[in-house]
Formats: sequence, C-alpha cells, structure tokens
Amino acid sequence: MNIIEIKGVTKIYDKNTIPVHALNGIDLTFQEGEFASIVGPSGSGKTTLLNILGGLDDATDGVVLIDGVDLTALSGAKKTTFRKNKIGFVFQSFNLIPVLTVQENIEFIMQLQGIAREDREKRTAELLEAIGLSDRKNSRPNKLSGGQQQRVAVARALASKPKFILADEPTANLDSKSAENLLDIMGKLNREENITFIFSTHDLRVMNKAKRIITIEDGKVISDVVKEEIHNLI
Amino acid sequence: MSSYVKMAWRNIWRNKRRTLITTASVFFGVILSVFMGSMQEGSYSQYISAIVNSYSGYLQIHQKGYWADKEINNSFEYNPIIESKIADIKEITIFTPRLETFCLASSADVTKGVMVMGVDPPKEDKITNISGKLKEGSYLKKGDNGIIVGSRLARFLKLGINDTLVLIGQGVHGASAAGKYPVRGIIKHPSPELDRSLVCMDIQACQELFSAPGILTSLVIMVHDNEEVALSRNNLIHSFSEMEVMDWKEMNQLLLKQIDSDRASGVIIKGILYIIIAFGIIGTVIMIMAERKKEFGVMLSIGMHRFQLIIVVLLETIFIGMVGVVAGIIASIPILYYFLFNPIPFTGQAEEMMLQMGFEPAMYFSMMPSIFYEQALIIFIFTLLIGIYPLVNIQKLIIIHALRS
Ligand SMILES: Nc1ncnc2c1ncn2[C@@H]1O[C@H](COP(=O)(O)OP(=O)(O)OP(=O)(O)O)[C@@H](O)[C@H]1O
Ligand SMILES: [Mg+2]
Repeated sequence: MNIIEIKGVTKIYDKNTIPVHALNGIDLTFQEGEFASIVGPSGSGKTTLLNILGGLDDATDGVVLIDGVDLTALSGAKKTTFRKNKIGFVFQSFNLIPVLTVQENIEFIMQLQGIAREDREKRTAELLEAIGLSDRKNSRPNKLSGGQQQRVAVARALASKPKFILADEPTANLDSKSAENLLDIMGKLNREENITFIFSTHDLRVMNKAKRIITIEDGKVISDVVKEEIHNLI
Repeated sequence: MSSYVKMAWRNIWRNKRRTLITTASVFFGVILSVFMGSMQEGSYSQYISAIVNSYSGYLQIHQKGYWADKEINNSFEYNPIIESKIADIKEITIFTPRLETFCLASSADVTKGVMVMGVDPPKEDKITNISGKLKEGSYLKKGDNGIIVGSRLARFLKLGINDTLVLIGQGVHGASAAGKYPVRGIIKHPSPELDRSLVCMDIQACQELFSAPGILTSLVIMVHDNEEVALSRNNLIHSFSEMEVMDWKEMNQLLLKQIDSDRASGVIIKGILYIIIAFGIIGTVIMIMAERKKEFGVMLSIGMHRFQLIIVVLLETIFIGMVGVVAGIIASIPILYYFLFNPIPFTGQAEEMMLQMGFEPAMYFSMMPSIFYEQALIIFIFTLLIGIYPLVNIQKLIIIHALRS
C-alpha cells in the first residue's frame, strides 16, 4: 500500500495579494521502506512539498492521502495527533528542545503519546545505541555537535514509531563528514528496520545516498529516478 | 504534568539574568508591599486595641436603645441572675458594671459638661487599666468617695490632686443630683475625647449621686481575644434577648470607617506598585514569545498540542512571578518578626502628634497572614492575566511561519 499518495497538488502563497505559485500540480506516491530525496534549486518548492506531506500546511488544491487518510479533512487538534503518531520530523536546525537532555528529547513524543515509562526508556536506549550516542544521554543539546544533534533528532523522530520520516535539509548546517555520518545512520535504519525516509537536500553527496531522487523545479516534478537496482549491485 | 513543570522551570532559567531581574522587581515589590501592609495593619490593631482596652471592651450589654440614646433612664437593674448568666458563658474572662451619664462639673471658677463613669475600681482596672494611665495621684479603692479625672479636663478646670470638684446633674426619674468629690488621681486617657471629659468614680458613690441604687447603664465584657467575640456575642444575645448586646465593632464604627478609608488609600499605592511589577513580567513574557517562536513551531510540528504548549508557557509566567513572591515573603518574615517585637519609635513632631492623639509614639507592625497571602494572590492573578498574551499567541501561531522565522 502507498503510505503517501498525492495528486494534482498545488500551493499558492499570498493568493489575495501577490500570488506565489510554489507548487504547480504534483503527483507522487511513496511506499513503505523508501529512502527518497527531493532535490531542486532554491525556491523550487521542496520545503513547501514536505510541509504539505507532513500536514504542517494545506495544499491549495489537489488530493493528499497519508496512510490512507485525507489530511485536509482533519481539524487542527486531530491533525496534531495524526502527526504525533504517524509522522517523524527532522528539521534543518534548532530541532531539539534545549532544556531537555538527549534522553528526555527522545522520550518527549513518546511521553505525549502516553507510553509507559519502562517502554519509553527501553526504546530510548535502543535508539541511542542505534545513533551511537548512548554515552551522551544526559547531555543538553547545546553540549553536542551539530551532527550529534541531528542524530538525536532522527532518534526522536523514530521514537514514536511513525510511518515515515520527513527531513527538510537535515544536513544543511553540517560539515561534510557529519553529513555523511548522519546519512549512513539513516541508510542503516532504512535497510535494517525498513524505516521510510523522505528528505530534501542541495548536497550532491547526500543526494547520491538516496535510493530514489525526485527533482523539482518551479513547483513541478521534472524527474523521478529509482536507483534501487544500482544500489543492489554495489 | 510533572514534565510540563520541569520544562517550564528549566525554561525560566535559560536566561538567568533576565529572570533574575524580573524576579527581583517582584521580590522588592512584595517586600515593600508587605511592609506597607504590615505597618498599616499594625497601626490599626494598635488603634483598635487602644480603644477596646481603654473604653469599650470587646462586648457590652445595655438596656435596649441605650447606645443610640445614652440617657440615665435607659438603664437596668443589676442582679445576681444577670451575673450568673454571664458567668455561664465560658469564653468570658471578666466583666464589670458601669453607670455612665453626663452632668456639669464645677471647680473654683470654671464649669464644664463632663461624662461621669461609675466603676468597680479593681475590676475596671483589669479591663481598661486606668491605674496604668495615672499621671498624678493614686487610683480609686473600692467604696472610694473620690474621683479620677482626665488630664485635659483637669487642666481646663484647673484641678490638682485633693482639689474638690462639684458635680451637678439629674438622677433617674428627674431626681436632682449634686455632690462634692476630692480628686484622687489624674490620668492621661488615650482617647482625646475622654481625656477632655472623663470623671471616674466608684460605682456605689455614683449610684448614690444619681439616686440610682443597683442601677447600671452598661456591663463591659471581655473575652480572651477578638476571635471569640462573635461566638460570645451570639451566646449573650441568646441569654439576654431583652437587652442590647454590642461588640466593639458596633460600638466603634467611626474608627472602623476611618481604618477602611485608610486601607483604601493603601490599595491605590499598592496598585501602582503592582502595575509596575506587572509591566516587568509582561516585557519578559513578550520577549520569551518572540525569541522562542521557532522552537514552538518545532514542538507543535512534532505533535505537541497547542494547549500543552500553552500550559508550559503559562507555568513559566506563573513561576517568574511566584519565585519573586516566595523569595519576598521569606525575606520579609524575619524582618517583620523583628519589628513586631521592636516597634520603630517616633521622634520629634510625629512623637508629639501621636502622644496628643493618645497613642504610643511608635510604628507598630502586624504579621497577619493575609498580608502575605494577599501578595501571592495578587501576583498570581496578575500572572494569569499576563498569561493571556502567550495563550492567544500560541493559539494563533502558524506553524510554517514559526518554522521559517
Ligand atoms: N510562507 C510563505 N509565504 C509566501 N511565499 C512563500 C512561503 N514559503 C515559501 N514561499 C515561496 O514559495 C516558493 C517555494 O519555496 P520553498 O521554501 O518551498 O522552496 P525550497 O525549494 O524549499 O527552497 P530552499 O532550497 O531555498 O529551501 C519560493 O518562491 C518561496 O519564496
Ligand atoms: Mg527549503
């Protein structure tokens, strides 16, 4: 089943003043287990697209089905609950809650979900292990490097067991080594635990780690390439 | 909930300096306000206790209508039944009979209207401590045929100890009353009114003078403290349904009115103080909202509900206010405690003025609990009102705008 299915999605900002056509009819589907990157020049509509996929913003027109649910039909609070349970987010920067420790940040959404303490702690320990930061669990985010913070953000996004993770330029603020490291961790989670990642990027090296590359320009998909076979050969 | 509290508490210390400055303004505001309240309440209770302990007592019983028309014919006969009924009420510690009326007093060449108060000397002394107010001479003995006069009255009538005062008036049922009485003592009465007009004598001598054997105008009744007044008043009303039972509040309405209007003026000053404090908190909250916009956007994105975020920020607002309140109260308690037992003495003109009004020339303090929790309550309410700002702000926050900021 498609976990994401969008059809004819358009987005017009400032419709009533000076309209900005950010998305001009996008059709896309994503399956479970994808590792897809959205690329394109600045202003092409990557962030806008991800925001619509994540239920953070509404499409002006078109159909958006996430896990079979029409997001436009959900009220504000229901949409929040939907995001909490179904979608993981990683942002470009300032992802983590600064007053919470690494462990508390990862537990945060699980706490909002009402998951019992032992289960939270167990899952947090596993995730810390996966991102290789078990020894930093009691640090505050500002004591970590940018790359470490983004790894924690990935762990936090995973904690709630979402259907997929959206990451808008997760490596934009990282040096190339940290960026590669982050992508390796994401790739490993994708391969070993079948976690779905959809991320946007400018970075060629990051782009090349993806199994599918969707290129958009002026709010339109201009190419959509699956590299699955190539990856499997390597 | 505890995780909201934890987050809010940690959040307010993210900007230590700003929080400390805001907290300090609340802290000093509370101390100032507590001091003001303490001095106000301290002086009120001084006034009240001066009046209760020097004239009215906590409670009085009269013939119905006496207080409105203080006339010697509005009196009642004292008897053992009354006495035993009063003795039955266990809160009552002491009571004393009085016969009060007005007449003319003449010394060698001056005449003046005075208030004559016939008392049981030892009992009266336990309640109103007349002997403690003596400036000259000595107090009355039981069955004494002399008098005690107020110091201003003595000055006006040019009386000294052992001088004779002639009293002329009307007894019960129109009988004429006249007598000569030697001055035994001169007192400085705290009430200027009474200091100017009081003539105090043994009750029996007084009853003889006014042809009123066994007759009283009032019974003055004391209980342990103010807390017992209401209950005892009810008991007395129950036992003496035919008579007039009044507590000190009913008898001293003028003073209470003055106290109320003084309190009201204090409220204005405190109000201004609190508004200044409130603006400090408002400024801090506005800054918090502006600089954390992006963070709020992230928190709402990942699945925190708006009301949950509002709770956190509301808690922060309350904490910023309450840290200052708690610190202010804790800091002011020992200082007030010191002043409670060491009133600040007045000097110079203020001292003279206080003495003239018959009060002890010192600034008294009170540690009435309401002085403290009033501050906490006011600041708490202020912070809730200020909390409307983040509430509306978070409610209206557009996530994608917050994320882009
Ligand atoms: N909230 C908004 N209001 C008005 N215009 C907007 C808004 N957000 C984006 N836009 C416009 O929509 C277009 C697409 O923007 P978007 O941020 O989606 O591009 P992007 O591909 O993410 O670019 P970048 O690589 O710089 O992040 C741009 O022209 C942008 O100026
Ligand atoms: Mg973007």
